[in-house]
Amino acid sequence: MEIIATYGTIFLALAVIFGFYMTWGIGANDVANAMGTSVGSGAITVKQAIVIAAIFEFAGAFIAGGNVTSTIRKGIVDPSGLVDNPEILVFGMLAALLAAAVWLMIASWRGWPVSTTHSIVGALVGFAVAGIGMDAVQWGKIGQIAASWIISPALGGFLAYLLMMSIRKVILNTEHPFESAKRWGPAYVFLVGFIISLVTMFKGLKHLKLELSVTESFIGAVIFGLITAFIGWMMMRKIEVDKEADRDYHFASVEKIFVPMMIFTACAMAFAHGSNDVANGIGPLAAVASIIQSGGEVAQKAALPLWILVLGGTGIVIGLATMGYRVMQTIGTRITQLTPSRGFCATLAAAATVVLASRTGLPVSTTHIAVGAVIGVGLARGVGAIDLRVIGGIVVSWVVTLPVGGVLAALFFFTLKGMFG
Amino acid sequence: MSNGNTFSKMFGQSPFTALQNHMRVVQECAREVLPMIEALVAGDQPRVDELKDRIFEKEAEADRIKHELRANLPKSLFMPVDRRDLLEVLLLQDTIANVAQDIAGLLYERKMSIPEFLSTPLVELTARCVDTVDHAGKVIEELDELLAIGFRGREVDRVDEMLTQLNAIEDETDELGIALARALFNHEDELKPVSVMMWYQIIEWVGDLADYAEKVGDHLRLLIAK
Repeated sequence: MEIIATYGTIFLALAVIFGFYMTWGIGANDVANAMGTSVGSGAITVKQAIVIAAIFEFAGAFIAGGNVTSTIRKGIVDPSGLVDNPEILVFGMLAALLAAAVWLMIASWRGWPVSTTHSIVGALVGFAVAGIGMDAVQWGKIGQIAASWIISPALGGFLAYLLMMSIRKVILNTEHPFESAKRWGPAYVFLVGFIISLVTMFKGLKHLKLELSVTESFIGAVIFGLITAFIGWMMMRKIEVDKEADRDYHFASVEKIFVPMMIFTACAMAFAHGSNDVANGIGPLAAVASIIQSGGEVAQKAALPLWILVLGGTGIVIGLATMGYRVMQTIGTRITQLTPSRGFCATLAAAATVVLASRTGLPVSTTHIAVGAVIGVGLARGVGAIDLRVIGGIVVSWVVTLPVGGVLAALFFFTLKGMFG
Repeated sequence: MSNGNTFSKMFGQSPFTALQNHMRVVQECAREVLPMIEALVAGDQPRVDELKDRIFEKEAEADRIKHELRANLPKSLFMPVDRRDLLEVLLLQDTIANVAQDIAGLLYERKMSIPEFLSTPLVELTARCVDTVDHAGKVIEELDELLAIGFRGREVDRVDEMLTQLNAIEDETDELGIALARALFNHEDELKPVSVMMWYQIIEWVGDLADYAEKVGDHLRLLIAK
């Protein structure tokens, strides 16, 4: 208790700095993966991606970032044994943040596609095992989270597969694909707005003092979907057939219709990423803040303060502005294999899966889900070639990240304990 | 910072684009056989030599693309078509260029003057065989569209129709070739025996251009069916 009273402000400042470092890293690097399918399909430029990401990452963190935050904050480590030593939890959370942020930096520097989520979860478990003991880890919850890491990419892939099949059925494989695309395009845009807003509103706006019933959420989502569909329709209306390009590739004009549609999925993806990944960075920060503000109370009933969500969102945007720009450019020249229609399917499926998972409070990996969605399009025989070695690398980084995050966190934990305890 | 994005690395170069590039070069190579035969008929040996160089260049370029595609097609690639079928189509395409090279090589090495009765029908046969190759090329160009709708539906019907047409054109070249061989044998006493052999060889090879073009199409059927 005394330690908290003496060093409270320092701990809070450290938590803010580490949390900011972490969200900055997410903005600098992870966002490039979230926007990969959108930029890669050539539907939006890098500059547009930055603007979209800046707005919607922030919105996602602010509007829908709460649930995952609370899982990170209190779902993984059982704090009941620490009522008399709240500083242990503070050290642990600080150590976990720093460990995850450092590991992300190293991985980004080496170009390894690691997941921010896996880093932070690994770090928290590492701290709990080293600092408190095996029993302090809520293994049941960890099991759920680990299962979600396998299920969520599979779900993303499955959704992408279904979307690809439906687009082929109603648009591509018809007598007049261009007219079909114009007719069905707004319906797909409706789907983007509807799914994202429904999942977000459904029991998700408590911290904004806005509680909606199921019916209200549903009506709200329909209205939001209709608005996006209308905007989409306005954008698609003016597109004309390009006979010259069609001679070379029969679906060239159809793909042009998917370009404005991709803008909506890019927004949805940035929103989803913000809601899921920002929470990783601010969860431990929120935990530290709650302990210190309550003067050492470990029982966590306190609501998530809004300023923390704002801080996380701001960190991402600054990360984007300072370094994300360059990292985004590594996507480089557009990926010719990823046409706007394929990109649309993959991105919408990924965004929907991420939002759905973060709504249930499960911290999932945006990168892995996006990769899963691309494989789903591939399984629909829709991609010329996907390099499974790269997928293998992702799986390896998935496995390696957990112990590395854990060991680093344990190391930082004992360092902090030595300095302040 | 990071060297290359996960997404850009995940997508290899599309094997279909490379296959199409290869076929375009093969077509360019095969097309030169027609002016070469025409130059032969006109007795313009310098032009024959010049075209031989062009054909050899194109054949070498096709080889280069073939090697590159093979090198970029590791077993770890996940593709919508069978890897072996794809490589087989590539090999058949490449054979067309090789046959063109054989024809060019023979006409260059053995200076031959064409007998009157062969001139017109040989030009006719060559033109039709080159048509067959071009038609096979058109079918290969449909691979993008096939991929867009997952090798199913309308596009498959379209390609099926094109392949039926390809078979029909190839049948024509067979008949032209048989007629030409018959004409050659009817006149065999007027020619040197070795010349008869050589002309027979040329007729065979020109016909092979169409044969392999048809095989490319037929194998594409397997590729689609997977």
